[in-house]
Amino acid sequence: MSELASESSNTAPAQRRPSASEGVRCELASEPVAEREDVLATATAAAPPPRRDPDRTEPLLVVDDLRIRFVGRGRTVHAVNGLSYSLAPGRTLAIIGESGSGKSVAARALMGLLPPTARVSGSARFDGTEMVGLSEREARRHRGADIAMVFQDPARSLNPTMRIGAQIAEAVRAHSDLPKAAAHRRAVELLSLVHLPAPQRRFHEYPHQLSGGMRQRVMIAIALAGEPRLLVADEATTALDVTTQAQIMELLLELQQRLGTAIVLISHDLGLAASYADDVVVMYAGRVVERARTADLFAHVRMPYTGALLGAIPRLEREPHSLLPVVPGQPPDLSALPRGCPFRPRCSSATDRCAEDPPLQEHEPGHWWACWHPLPDARPDAPAKEGV
Amino acid sequence: MTTLEKGAARPDGGRRRGEELLVARDLVQEFPVRAAGGVRGGTVHALSGVSFDIRAGETLGVVGETGSGKSTLARSVIQAPPPRSGSVVFEGTDLTRLRRRALVRARRQMQMVYQDPFGSLNPRWRVGELVEEPLRGYGERNRGPRVRELLDMVGLDPSVHAGRRPHELSGGQCQRVAIARAIALNPALVICDEAVSSLDVLIQSQVLNLFERLRRELGLSYLFISHDLALVKQVSDRVAVMHLGQLAEVGPAEALYRGPRHPYTAALLDSIPGLDARTGRPRRPAPPAGEPPSPLDPPSGCRFRTRCPRARERCAVEEPVLVERAPEHRVACHFPIDPVPTVPTDAPAPVERTTP
Repeated sequence: MSELASESSNTAPAQRRPSASEGVRCELASEPVAEREDVLATATAAAPPPRRDPDRTEPLLVVDDLRIRFVGRGRTVHAVNGLSYSLAPGRTLAIIGESGSGKSVAARALMGLLPPTARVSGSARFDGTEMVGLSEREARRHRGADIAMVFQDPARSLNPTMRIGAQIAEAVRAHSDLPKAAAHRRAVELLSLVHLPAPQRRFHEYPHQLSGGMRQRVMIAIALAGEPRLLVADEATTALDVTTQAQIMELLLELQQRLGTAIVLISHDLGLAASYADDVVVMYAGRVVERARTADLFAHVRMPYTGALLGAIPRLEREPHSLLPVVPGQPPDLSALPRGCPFRPRCSSATDRCAEDPPLQEHEPGHWWACWHPLPDARPDAPAKEGV
Repeated sequence: MTTLEKGAARPDGGRRRGEELLVARDLVQEFPVRAAGGVRGGTVHALSGVSFDIRAGETLGVVGETGSGKSTLARSVIQAPPPRSGSVVFEGTDLTRLRRRALVRARRQMQMVYQDPFGSLNPRWRVGELVEEPLRGYGERNRGPRVRELLDMVGLDPSVHAGRRPHELSGGQCQRVAIARAIALNPALVICDEAVSSLDVLIQSQVLNLFERLRRELGLSYLFISHDLALVKQVSDRVAVMHLGQLAEVGPAEALYRGPRHPYTAALLDSIPGLDARTGRPRRPAPPAGEPPSPLDPPSGCRFRTRCPRARERCAVEEPVLVERAPEHRVACHFPIDPVPTVPTDAPAPVERTTP
């Protein structure tokens, strides 16, 4: 069992991470690790521009009212309809949603990886630079160097005909002017950074000689080659076994601790978000329906959709053969979204009022939701709330 | 228990709950691997002596990591391909001895539902034809009403969906069509190989409830295979944990999850992220160190020993066999985890306990 894993399991999320182990030389650190305690969870789009305050870290990424449409074949697919969030250095934000909720599309927009049929509006500022509307050439400068991405299927992301060492060295040289021999050494360093056993030997192996978990470690090594400040993990552990998933997540958090990288964790798995993220954004039909610090969100879910998601997950605590609470219907067609709240046709507490768009508002400090009829607050000392 | 009329009209109506439906003994399946240039490269030990039973009306869940042999186990049961050695006795008949014709007849009683609903349905056929196919294959008469009844049972509207093709359906609806095909012939056993793994959570819960309803109404037995431990617990009476082609632990679902005896089961359970049910706080997974060993060259003795925190010399020498440690709860481990006593006592340790 790894030293990281032996940590007590029930410490609060804010304190649960181990401090960077002493004596570990931080090969990649280009900036000091952020002061965690004072990092703002989510700065709001409407909030005044962040001041230069030594105790507070400015957000690294501010996404504001991002909208993405795909136009073609006589119809318009509204994939993302107003996504806003912000992320500070060294923090982890989970974006949770089902297939078609727009979570991956939104992340690809940051990287400039959308097809030409995509129409993007709104703003996504990375360290002050507007990422929306960048030309391919400009986008290339940021891709990999500032923002790196790890995808779901490592087998398809790696070139099967190239040795893994060469693929990492290629990424290293793309972001620096290191000579070949130095890039080689750097690749081996990166392989040991992601804890691939026997990195010298593995350097010369092909992707098919590695297991799924090892391949994903190689993908992470490639992603780190450009020393990015933001790492987007798009369902990066979904194809892996639970045991391997936990190992890869431990690795990501350890690297975050050492390098101060911000992480956007895109997943359908609420459990993963609960265990590893600082903040959670829940998306449905291209919109944010709820957003909060992880502990706040899971302590009192307010948006009925998030509640439905939590209820539908098979849990170890349930009795065998018990029936799961079921939400009828299917997610809406993104080319013909219903008026008002997109969850309205499936929601048990929907009323006529839901035909009007519920705004995403900060109803409690740090806790945002878009719903006219939120679920009752589960806390015992909860204040009285609007009609349910 | 509500039973539909068809349940009573079964050809073998005399099957009673709790009787042995399937008895598999010492299943061994191996596949040769070719190295570069077509040279014989080795043997994948996919199943190495797996024995289990399924009783009528019971659901046996099978969990394990990728490559642990879960799917090979399912395929060995339906003899596609037959196992290298061992026996599969289904309703009193050893399937491994059956010839082609007799095997086809026997398979009527066991059906499979696969992971990818789009991949398992012919994209050019309409839903009505897809559901009718098994009925036609076994020469059933009066198929039209039965197709409509089946679609209705799985929650599809016959007037709307029967004329559609798979690409016009969502993943969840396709999986319902696959389930309608599987139950069309009133099978005794349905084998679900990752049947809900590719579905979104909300759709997954709908399909899981459908499986549960069909189990109650038709008295089906399931062999339910998944990598998701919580999912398997949701549907299973008993759970078998597979590791590298062997059973590590078999036991009643509740007991096995509450007090895993095999270190591998404990490691799997400790790897699940999520919230602690009691405190509502996030649970930080504690995965086992290291990589799963290769099925080409499994370790000597206990195959989990390379990742096991409790491993000793004995584990490398002697292969552990399944031993009943509690009623119905069998564990293949030399140094199993002691169950957490519900009431703390200073009573002496049980006799079978081997102090590491």
